[in-house]
Amino acid sequence: MRECRGVTFGIVLSLGVVFLVAANLLFGSVEIPVEAVWHILRGEEVEKSSWAYIIWESRFPQCITALLCGAALSVSGLMLQTVFNNPLADSSILGISSGASLGVALVVMAGGGMAAGAFSISGFFSVVFGALAGAVLVLLLILFLSSLIKSGVMLLIAGIMIGYVVSSVISLLSFFSASDNVHSFVVWGLGDFGGVSLEQLPAFSFCIAAGLLMAILLVKPLNALLLGPRYAENLGISVRRVRNLLLLSTGMLTAVTTAFCGPISFIGLAVPHVARLLLGTSNHHSLMPVTLLCGAAMALLCNLLCVLPGGSVGVIPLNAVTPVLGAPVVIYVIINRRKLQYFN
Amino acid sequence: MKAREVIVEGKNLSVGYEGTQKKIVHERLNFRLYGGELTCLLGANGAGKSTLLRTLAAAQPFLSGGLDLMGRPVGSFSVKERSRLIGIVLTDKTQAGGLTVRELVALGRYPHTGFFGRLDAHDREMVDYALRAVGMTHKADSYVARLSDGERQKTMIAKVLVQECPLILLDEPTAFLDVVSRIEIMSLLRRLAVEERKAVLLSTHDIEQALVLSDRLWLMTDKYGLECGCTEDLILSGRIDTLFESQPHVRFDLMHGGFSPVAEGKRRICLIASDEVLRHWAQNALSRHGYFCINSSQTDSSGCPVLKVLSSCRLILFAGGNEIVCSSFDALFDALNDCSVTF
Repeated sequence: MRECRGVTFGIVLSLGVVFLVAANLLFGSVEIPVEAVWHILRGEEVEKSSWAYIIWESRFPQCITALLCGAALSVSGLMLQTVFNNPLADSSILGISSGASLGVALVVMAGGGMAAGAFSISGFFSVVFGALAGAVLVLLLILFLSSLIKSGVMLLIAGIMIGYVVSSVISLLSFFSASDNVHSFVVWGLGDFGGVSLEQLPAFSFCIAAGLLMAILLVKPLNALLLGPRYAENLGISVRRVRNLLLLSTGMLTAVTTAFCGPISFIGLAVPHVARLLLGTSNHHSLMPVTLLCGAAMALLCNLLCVLPGGSVGVIPLNAVTPVLGAPVVIYVIINRRKLQYFN
Repeated sequence: MKAREVIVEGKNLSVGYEGTQKKIVHERLNFRLYGGELTCLLGANGAGKSTLLRTLAAAQPFLSGGLDLMGRPVGSFSVKERSRLIGIVLTDKTQAGGLTVRELVALGRYPHTGFFGRLDAHDREMVDYALRAVGMTHKADSYVARLSDGERQKTMIAKVLVQECPLILLDEPTAFLDVVSRIEIMSLLRRLAVEERKAVLLSTHDIEQALVLSDRLWLMTDKYGLECGCTEDLILSGRIDTLFESQPHVRFDLMHGGFSPVAEGKRRICLIASDEVLRHWAQNALSRHGYFCINSSQTDSSGCPVLKVLSSCRLILFAGGNEIVCSSFDALFDALNDCSVTF
């Protein structure tokens, strides 16, 4: 019965994602009629050529980026929660996205210029590499700390501390760098799914898809890890290897999203809980795909909320929207933790 | 009668920790575990029971000596092969509250399933069978979070059953359980050992159940290392007394199969009881109150008070030439207190 539930939610959420993609293409700061959008997507001519430009160069990549980032952040949140045996873990709380930010900051401030369009393909990979190095370093540090700190809450606090330290290094870096670099860095820190251009989109999608594929391939060991590392080992899972793979996958997903869209909070933390509440299970067989779809839908919704005010207001920063949606979920989960089976 | 199959054999095995904090916990241990038998590992806290269990589970390397599993050195098996030979039940806290009992038990099939861990018909049959074997079929679709401690333990045992391992190791499976669940779990393990021809080794502090149900005892002490033997042999040879040898106020009660505090009776009393049960409980009450019981046949019985226990409500005390009839132990001790002044 529960299996059917997973399939049902999968279908409903897929439809939701399609609907939200359509909404993201239709709405924006410039009003474009529905028929015009339809014609543009079918490759036909419309009355204003600027409309086609807006759809293809801005809304379409932004929409795909939001979809992929949402999926990436949620899936990495889910993996971190299982590996650290802590339902309140995610890449922003554990300081992993700060690590990625530092990597990006180093690359950008060293190379100069943050404007998204200025990135060449080699620039793309140097930024991704910087972010990945930063993310994986923090992950390794957290993994080391988790062997010293047994309490889950204390580990989270240690992660927050690492985040602060890394952020202070970033502040120092920006203090000593050119002011226009700083401005672009601050804007980047507000979060924006518009950070990936159409030319970068294939490479970006490839990186995220690789990370997500790895995550999906790790479903079986993740389930075994629910019993803790010692049971998992006894079930023939090589915990060390699985941890390394999980590290790589979460590092990749966090790094790539952070590099291009800024450190986006709360999606990775809240979405796995939404998925568990919907499904009523911790079984990654259904939890993983539903979390992925849920995350995509959530990010698309956030992106829509950012552009909806439109007109003179312009686009609201993404990180102003995600906590409003995410924090209530987390608080609800904390209040009800005794009643929620997956906490016990 | 089939010959007993040796599942695990330790030859001069040394267990402990390597690396910077190198520490040998036990040296030169020799033991065998047989299929179809329940073995209980007894020992005081800190005696090294968990270290030995972890070593047997190949979760920690041994320092020297040999450890054979099914006649082959344990190191010659791959992780995957080992997961089909050794099943463990721990006291670790799990994160599995959000799984159903059936899903958790199915995790035990992981050594036998493919890359994604999908179950085929045979796997599902095994899960159903294990749920029946531990009596959890009616809870199969409940969340693990909703189970009592005893039910959780049964679920973990079902998990280890579907793993289809000839060797099952359990680290204090009856800790935190009430007495009914303790008896239930131990009887279940004994039944599974016999019916499924598995070698079951568990560490426990529950000596009472262990003496009744276990085929073999492993006594672990700092002084003697590991002493293995059939339960009754160890009891009647007195070797079980070595378990808490360093504690002079604890001794093994041979008659009643358990460790009890040593009562130091200074005042002597001659005890006559009409049956063994009455004798046991009268003696229990008297030693608690500081009396040392002697038999009427003993030569030095003259001069000390005599207690005749005819039934639980008819106790006759002869002291100082008086005969006092008491209707309960409560009344008896009132009377004893009164006349102890006159002794």
